[in-house]
Amino acid sequence: MCLGIPGEVVELSPDRDDIATVEVVGVRRAVNIGLLAPDGAKPGDWVLVHVGFAMSKIDEAEAAATLDLLRGLGRAYADELEALADSDIT
Amino acid sequence: MRFVDEYRDADQARALAAQITALCEPGRRYKFMEVCGGHTHTIYKHGLEDHLPESVELVHGPGCPVCVIPMGRVDDAIAIARHPDVIMTSFGDMMRVPGGGGSFFDAKAEGADIRMVYSPLDALKIARLNPDRRVVFMAIGFETTAPSTAMTVLRAAAEGVENFSVFCNHVTILPAIKAILDSPDLRLDGFLGPGHVSTVIGCRPYGFIPGRYGKPLVCAGFEPLDILQSVHMLLRQLADGRAEVENQYTRVVPWDGNPKALEVIGEVMELRPYFEWRGLGFISQSALRVRDAYAVHDAERVFDVPGVRVADPKACQCGEVLKGVIKPWECKVFGTACTPETPIGTCMVSSEGACAAYYNFGRFTRDRVKEATRA
Repeated sequence: MCLGIPGEVVELSPDRDDIATVEVVGVRRAVNIGLLAPDGAKPGDWVLVHVGFAMSKIDEAEAAATLDLLRGLGRAYADELEALADSDIT
Repeated sequence: MRFVDEYRDADQARALAAQITALCEPGRRYKFMEVCGGHTHTIYKHGLEDHLPESVELVHGPGCPVCVIPMGRVDDAIAIARHPDVIMTSFGDMMRVPGGGGSFFDAKAEGADIRMVYSPLDALKIARLNPDRRVVFMAIGFETTAPSTAMTVLRAAAEGVENFSVFCNHVTILPAIKAILDSPDLRLDGFLGPGHVSTVIGCRPYGFIPGRYGKPLVCAGFEPLDILQSVHMLLRQLADGRAEVENQYTRVVPWDGNPKALEVIGEVMELRPYFEWRGLGFISQSALRVRDAYAVHDAERVFDVPGVRVADPKACQCGEVLKGVIKPWECKVFGTACTPETPIGTCMVSSEGACAAYYNFGRFTRDRVKEATRA
C-alpha cells in the first residue's frame, strides 16, 4: 500500500484536468494527477503513482531505480501490480 | 540497467562504508532510527548492517502504517462491515491484520462484504455503482496516503455520492517520533527521515528534532546507497557538532513538500485530540479525522462505532519492535508462533513491517548476531 510505482504520462484526459493516462510497467491506467497542481503533468513526464494518485514527478533514472527496487520486493510488488491492474478510478 | 547501477555500485558502497568508519569516534556507539518501513526493508534485503561498522546500529521505527493500527480499530471496522447493506473496502495489506475478533479475511469468510481495492477512488466507484449500498473505505496510512483519501472525499462531495464514507485511521508521523524521543527506553543519536512522507510534508516540520532534542535528521531515499549516504551525513553532522535537518533524497523530496497535498488534507481532515497507536499507546494530536463539513462521508458519524479497545496479545512484542526497543528476532514468538502466514502481530503482516522484512531477508544478519552474542 505504501509502495509508489513509477509510471510515464502518456496523455492527458480531454474531459477532466485531474486525470491522465499513465503507463505503469507496460499497462496503461487512468491516474489522478490532481495532487500535482498547479504545475500539472505533461506526456513524457515520469510520476510516482501511489494508490491511484500521482504523488510527485521524478526523473527517468529515479524511475528505473525505483522499479528495480520494487521488483526485488517479490510478492508485495506482484500484489500491488495485480491490484493496480484491477483498478479503475475513472 | 545503468540507471540502477548508479544507486547500487559496490565500489561506491565500499568507499562510503570506509568514510563512515572514518567518521566514527573510537569507543563511541551510534544508534540511528530509520523511521520508515521501506528503509527497514532495504536494510535487511541488502544486508546493509554488514556494511556498517559494529559501532553503528540501525533501529527500526514506527513508520509502517499497517503495523501501528490498534486491534480495536480493526474490530470497529469489522463491526461496520457486518451491517447487511455495507460494502467495506480496504487495501490488500490490511486484510490479514488481526483484530481481537479476527481479521477482514475472517469476517469476509463469515459473510461480510469486504472487498480489496487499489485506490480509494476504486471504492468511490463501487459506491457509484451500488447506490442502494453503503460503501465504506478503510482509510489507513501516514501523510503519504492521507491526501489520496482527502481527494476522494472531495470528489464524493462534488459528485454527491452520499453512500460513500471513509473510516479514517490516518496517522501523522511527527507525534510518533516525538513520543519515541520522550520515551526513556531508548537513546538515539539521529534519524533517517521517511522518504515518501516527506514528499508530502517536506523537510521543514522535522525542525523540532534538532531544535528541541538536539538530534540530526536526514531525509533518506530507498536505495542501498541512499541509506549509506544518509548514515554518512548523520555521522558528519555529529562529528562537526551540528544537529540539523538535511535532505539526502532531493531527487524526490522537495524541501517544502507538496503544497497541494497539504491543502487537501487540511480541507477535509483535522487533528484528533488523541489516537491509540499499537504498541505506543495514546498519543495526543497524532491522527486525523474527517471535518464536520464532510460529516456525511465520515463512517464514524454515519455508523454507531463500538470503540473497541483490545490489549495486544501477551506474547506479541510489536510495541517494543515499533519503538525500536527490541529487534524482531528478540520477540519470543518471532518465526515460531508468529510468521507471515499466521501473524500474531502487525509487524509480521505488512511487507514493510520490521518482522516480515527480517523474516524474509534478515537471516544472515541474525546468524551473525547470534554468533556475536555466543562469543
